[in-house]
Amino acid sequence: MNEQLRRRILSMTCILGFFVAWELLCLLFHVSDIVLPRPSEILMTLWTRFPAIWPHALQTLYTTLVGFALGIVIGILLGMLIGSSRLAYDVAYPMLVGFSSIPKVALVPIFVLWFGAGTVPAVLTAMIMCIFPIVVNVATGLAATEPELQDVMKTLRATKLEILWNVGLPRTMPYFFASLKVAATLAFVGTVISETVASNRGIGNLMMIASSSFDVPLVFAGLFILAALGVALYVIFSLIEGRVTGWAVRSDNFAAGG
Amino acid sequence: MDASPAQPAFPAGNVIDLEKVRVTFGSDKNQVTALAETSLRITHGEFVALVGPSGCGKSTILKLVAGTLTASQGHVFVAGREVGANHVRIGMAFQNPTLLPWLNIRDNVMLPLKIVPPFKQEFSAKRKSEYRDRVEASLAQVGLAGFGDKFPWQLSGGMQQRASLCRALIHDPTLLLLDEPFGALDQFTREELWEIMQNLWIEKRPTVLLVTHDLKEAAYLASRICVMQARPGRIVDDSVVPFVRPRTIEVSFEPDFVSLTQRLRERIVAARAVQEIAS
Repeated sequence: MNEQLRRRILSMTCILGFFVAWELLCLLFHVSDIVLPRPSEILMTLWTRFPAIWPHALQTLYTTLVGFALGIVIGILLGMLIGSSRLAYDVAYPMLVGFSSIPKVALVPIFVLWFGAGTVPAVLTAMIMCIFPIVVNVATGLAATEPELQDVMKTLRATKLEILWNVGLPRTMPYFFASLKVAATLAFVGTVISETVASNRGIGNLMMIASSSFDVPLVFAGLFILAALGVALYVIFSLIEGRVTGWAVRSDNFAAGG
Repeated sequence: MDASPAQPAFPAGNVIDLEKVRVTFGSDKNQVTALAETSLRITHGEFVALVGPSGCGKSTILKLVAGTLTASQGHVFVAGREVGANHVRIGMAFQNPTLLPWLNIRDNVMLPLKIVPPFKQEFSAKRKSEYRDRVEASLAQVGLAGFGDKFPWQLSGGMQQRASLCRALIHDPTLLLLDEPFGALDQFTREELWEIMQNLWIEKRPTVLLVTHDLKEAAYLASRICVMQARPGRIVDDSVVPFVRPRTIEVSFEPDFVSLTQRLRERIVAARAVQEIAS
């Protein structure tokens, strides 16, 4: 317990130290805030212009969560299909790899063409960004299910669906959550890309406008917000992961709580 | 999916009926015969042990009956119907405990009740009360009382294997398939589980097919022993074990018991010698 506390304090100190060093180096070398604003300036900007910033933050968060949720649903379904069918694997895998190699910025104009500028392209970009890691991980998890565990179910005359539900999906959960942590942050990237290119709302748009007027502290304030949202989402999924897949790391907390 | 909850009453005849079954793996050139043409009949309530060296096809027979492997030739009937189409309740314990790591011991043992009719129809209603008591009673029987909340990795290998036996038996199977479930255990745990297994069999009288390479285990538990040979896998000896039940470990030191295991041993050794010469 004490050990854990010490580790926490140490890591917090190091993280704080990073920002302090940033601040001090900027002061020491007289770096202009148009090039790189100091953390204190960024925080001040966040504080004083919060009323102007927060609707954009809310928009970005909303768009990302919707895109992420859609991505999870489609990702799981596709992953289950690919993971349980040889043909689906052979067909969909090369297509997925090809598709995910496309820079997502290139897709935004197409979405805008189809749905108009605004929220919809941002949601779709966020969704597309996070599908790939989820599909790959769900499919891998299903494919990695031990045949012995499936045999247990088969001798009980379990149906395919029962095997999937009782063995395949639980077995896949550690892979799934690992992918969620990656996908959550990717979803933000997707949203912001789309907002920068084609939207009049959201953090991406805010940063776009701020940078065109050389309001660099505001640009960095936007970055800070994005980072904070990303960390928050990551933490939430880590907590859920610990509760759901503690068995995979044999955690005693899981055994006690479950 | 059969709607009737009751076990279909099958004639007192054969529970397992292998008719001229052959199992081969691989294609033309590299074809390996895992099981040469074999016929085997096991009647209701028998406790049959398949013994033999590794690679003799004893696990293959078990997999055929379990339905996880299909025969290359011939027919496998379980309770008078082609395997897979039957509604016999099968319980199976494997060489490894194969417990699901994300479920605690109680839920692991409860798994068949969730899958197998008629239990599964009432699973959501009874899982908290009746089924739970049933699982606890079963765990107590193998000396695992109070371990229901533990997860598999928190238990020793022997304890996991006991839990796996509970899982194989929880749904009152009429056919029990045991694939060397005691093989990885120490001598004392093994003998303890033999006794538990025998008591369970005397009490509920399922038909049991036990795969083992331990002649003493076979002679202690089974009412009939089939000796198998490798390359190609086949049954070379089929004898009845006459000792009265309940058998105790002491029985295994008596002359009749020793001479039976000796005879089976010689049978296997002799066949191996022939094989050496042939190859």
